[in-house]
Amino acid sequence: MEIIISILSLSLLGITFGVTLAFFARIFHVKVDERLEKIHSLLPGANCGACGAAGCFGFAEKIVSGETLIDNCRVASDDTKEAIAKILGRSLKKTDKLVARLHCCGGKNAKDKFVYHGINDCSIAHLVLGGFKQCPVGCLGLGSCLKVCPFGALSMSSDNLPVVDIIKCKACNKCVETCPRKLFSLKPLAKTVWVACCLHYSGKDTRAVCQTGCIACKLCQKSCPTAAINIIDNLAVIDYTKCTSCGACVKICPSKCILQTKQNNSKSQENIQ
Amino acid sequence: MEIEYLLRIFISSVFVNNVILSRFLGLCSFIAISKEIKPAVAMSFAVLFVITMSSLITWGIFRFLLAPFHIEYLRTISFILVIATFVQLVEMVIRKFAPALYRFFGIYLPLITVNCAVLGVAVLNSEMFFQNGKPISGSFVYSLFQGICVGLGYLVAMVLMSSIRHRLELADVPKAFQGPAIGFIIAAILSMAFLGFSGFRI
Repeated sequence: MEIIISILSLSLLGITFGVTLAFFARIFHVKVDERLEKIHSLLPGANCGACGAAGCFGFAEKIVSGETLIDNCRVASDDTKEAIAKILGRSLKKTDKLVARLHCCGGKNAKDKFVYHGINDCSIAHLVLGGFKQCPVGCLGLGSCLKVCPFGALSMSSDNLPVVDIIKCKACNKCVETCPRKLFSLKPLAKTVWVACCLHYSGKDTRAVCQTGCIACKLCQKSCPTAAINIIDNLAVIDYTKCTSCGACVKICPSKCILQTKQNNSKSQENIQ
Repeated sequence: MEIEYLLRIFISSVFVNNVILSRFLGLCSFIAISKEIKPAVAMSFAVLFVITMSSLITWGIFRFLLAPFHIEYLRTISFILVIATFVQLVEMVIRKFAPALYRFFGIYLPLITVNCAVLGVAVLNSEMFFQNGKPISGSFVYSLFQGICVGLGYLVAMVLMSSIRHRLELADVPKAFQGPAIGFIIAAILSMAFLGFSGFRI
């Protein structure tokens, strides 16, 4: 008798709940666009936020509704984007690939102001008397950018400077936002030359704090065949609309603060100066 | 029903028998979602809501189904059934009427289904407020109130834990202790601190 009661009551409970759930599932049914799920599964799923949407699902919603372009995802490969465009029945509009560049090459060549024994974080070290480097804008080398990079594209070099792996870097803007000294910026990947200094001191003052800072000697300006590089306010600035990545300025720079990468070869990045 | 008894339930379930730090229920979410304060508080409110509602429903099940037929031994399985169904239902409703909230809760809501703190409260209610299958006077209000208070206790533990772990982000933790390891050590110290309440006579 007891076993019958228990079986009956439990199956009654089960059936009641099951029917209730099925009933409410129909009432509260939410229509989900099939394409949304498909696109979401194709997207990288890093939720890096480089596209401006709140994560990959938000981005999928935005491209389905046409608010943003598929190419605004910086992480997905071209094949993936083609596949997404196919699902949506749209053609893919392409934009330039970007990569993060570090505008400092001081590292161990930049002199210290004092010895810092604090919390191992750039933004905190930056607050203590304006950082422990004599250069007010130089890289502190505590690696806050390494911690935030969602793709593992940054590593510390022997000079205590973060090095960008241009293949892994997806230009998500995380390091640009994190660096308290704003040393990173996103530049076109196709242009391989960049100025690795952002100190606006005069030549003499720059030399006093850093051996590899831009001393505004104007040699690069004179050597450039397309007049793409100019000294503005004691610092070399490259106009990327004119630059042909010929490397003339890289060879002539006496401070070795204009750097160049070979395209598609991340390892040779460090010392081609 | 006495006010004094309600106060006793409150002190007991928030401090003396804190669901996480003294009873050791629901430790999974306690360790997993206590890295930052905001999600920890969100999770706590989700748990508070589910515990309150499920203690209400399980009281009904126990009172009108399990106790009259003397099948109290089916308590665990039927309570789990109730809680799982209820959470599913809540998820559906939230998804329909508040998609932003649904996205905010994300994985937490389904996680609560298998959070043993919820079942623990339901079982505790049926033990404390029923005698020989008969409800004591005011047992319904007591059950509901105990549900709310246990949820508050969960909130207290989560806020404490997440605040400490938030500060730990900047501390120089030895490499071997980084991540969940230091979390467990902190949980142990917090739990020992809460043992101090056990001297209370309530």
